[in-house]
Amino acid sequence: MLIRVKNAGLDVPSSEITPEETYLNRRRFIAAAGAIAGGHLMAPALGGKAGRAYAQGAQDFSDATDELGGEVNTYEDITTYNNFYEFGTDKRDPSRNSGDFKPAPWTVEVNGHCAKPGTYALEDLLAPHTEEDRIYRLRCVEAWSMVIPWRGIPLADVISRLEPTGSASYVQFKTVVRPEEMPGQRRRLIPILPWPYLEGLRMDEAMNPLTLLVTGLYGRSLLNQNGAPLRLMAPWKYGFKNVKSIVEISFVEEMPRNTWNVQTPHEYGFYANVNPEVDHPRWSQARERRIGKLLRQPTLMFNGYGDQVAHMYAGMDLARWY
Amino acid sequence: MHPKARARVTSAAIWAICLAPLLWLILRFREDGLGANPIEEFTHWGGTSTLILLLLTLTVTPLRRWGGWNLVRYRRRLGLAAFFYGLTHFMTYVALDQFFAFEYVLEDIAERPYITVGFAAFVLLIPLAVTSTRGWIRRLGRRWQRLHRIVYLAAGLGVLHYLWKVKADTLWPMVAAVVLAVLLAARLKPKRARRRKARVRR
Repeated sequence: MLIRVKNAGLDVPSSEITPEETYLNRRRFIAAAGAIAGGHLMAPALGGKAGRAYAQGAQDFSDATDELGGEVNTYEDITTYNNFYEFGTDKRDPSRNSGDFKPAPWTVEVNGHCAKPGTYALEDLLAPHTEEDRIYRLRCVEAWSMVIPWRGIPLADVISRLEPTGSASYVQFKTVVRPEEMPGQRRRLIPILPWPYLEGLRMDEAMNPLTLLVTGLYGRSLLNQNGAPLRLMAPWKYGFKNVKSIVEISFVEEMPRNTWNVQTPHEYGFYANVNPEVDHPRWSQARERRIGKLLRQPTLMFNGYGDQVAHMYAGMDLARWY
Repeated sequence: MHPKARARVTSAAIWAICLAPLLWLILRFREDGLGANPIEEFTHWGGTSTLILLLLTLTVTPLRRWGGWNLVRYRRRLGLAAFFYGLTHFMTYVALDQFFAFEYVLEDIAERPYITVGFAAFVLLIPLAVTSTRGWIRRLGRRWQRLHRIVYLAAGLGVLHYLWKVKADTLWPMVAAVVLAVLLAARLKPKRARRRKARVRR
């Protein structure tokens, strides 16, 4: 079944209208987050100094919190507890088995309904934009969560530059396929997942100011196990939406298939918005374990980002569109 | 080797098998303190250990029949080890994973099929552990054997619990299922033997 959702209330091509609104929303969000998280943390981003040259400098995020007061997880936890099935299904597999992976040089193919398709070197794709540090909660569909200081570029900025046409209603992302560097893709007997790993966002979700194209965390470049060199981060969605090691971005008309939905359609939907009221068929989503904490805590609707994203789903039955 | 010495070596080996998961846990803990999510790691350890010990318990009969190696006197030890790992697994879930939030535990048992079957497997092991003593074996007589056939059901539910728990990668649950199927098939009486028995009876 296919559904088509026009960008709510927008009759002009998304490429023509987004930048200013996006910009303003983002300014508002960063200001708010910065104010709560302690101004010093967001200051580099606001000051516009968080450029690529800055990316190698180690930064101390150990005392930082998200805007709800959640402490940032340790770099160790963030880089050793990963779901990246291309490197194996144990949480430690990605950090152990990704040593052969080569995240550079890297190119990203852009295709579909846009004015500027082509194969972009990663540097060229990112160069015109300014990187920002943003502290987001990550809620895995497995009912654990972390708080992570990402570094990245608003996806909206990149998309605007690629000039999608009016018929681009969705964006599809594809993870690289390199069985020779990714042991999880080599298994023949009972393959882990159908490769390549695919994910997608509705155009308004992709243009939402929260959505990041991530290039680093903790002020450093992404490690292989975290999806180097380029991954997605839409923090109000379950972790599996945030496709790693992106090699292709396609602007498409119809809702793209996403890997987990293909694998187990009744358990994993396209939207995958964090929702404590809609349980996974096999476990509850009402609570989560924050990595590093003993007790489970309540899961927040849209992972606590309702103010920024709930309007996109007004009138939708979220139990049906899980 | 002298039969007595041989028995001692076998006994030690069985103890080593029963305690191997603990050794593995200690080594794993020394490595990185069970990692970023120690409660999850500990829970998985308990479940895996239970299943492995349960499958090992079920190899005793096929070993005797097809390998001519009689370890029946050590079967109780293996079975009780499986039970104690199962108890640890269940208590980890109740105490550490859910922190005694019984409303969630009950909801899980009632509504999550993988937890329902896992819980059922554990409950089924309780009467087997209780009646594993010599006194109970004597008291129950022939019924003891019938009662302890429940272990097949418990093992089946345990494998199902594992299979229904994993998100996508069914390789290891499938391996467990195949091992269990082989162990159960090895108990079926060969056709010829059955026919011979029938003839004798006639």
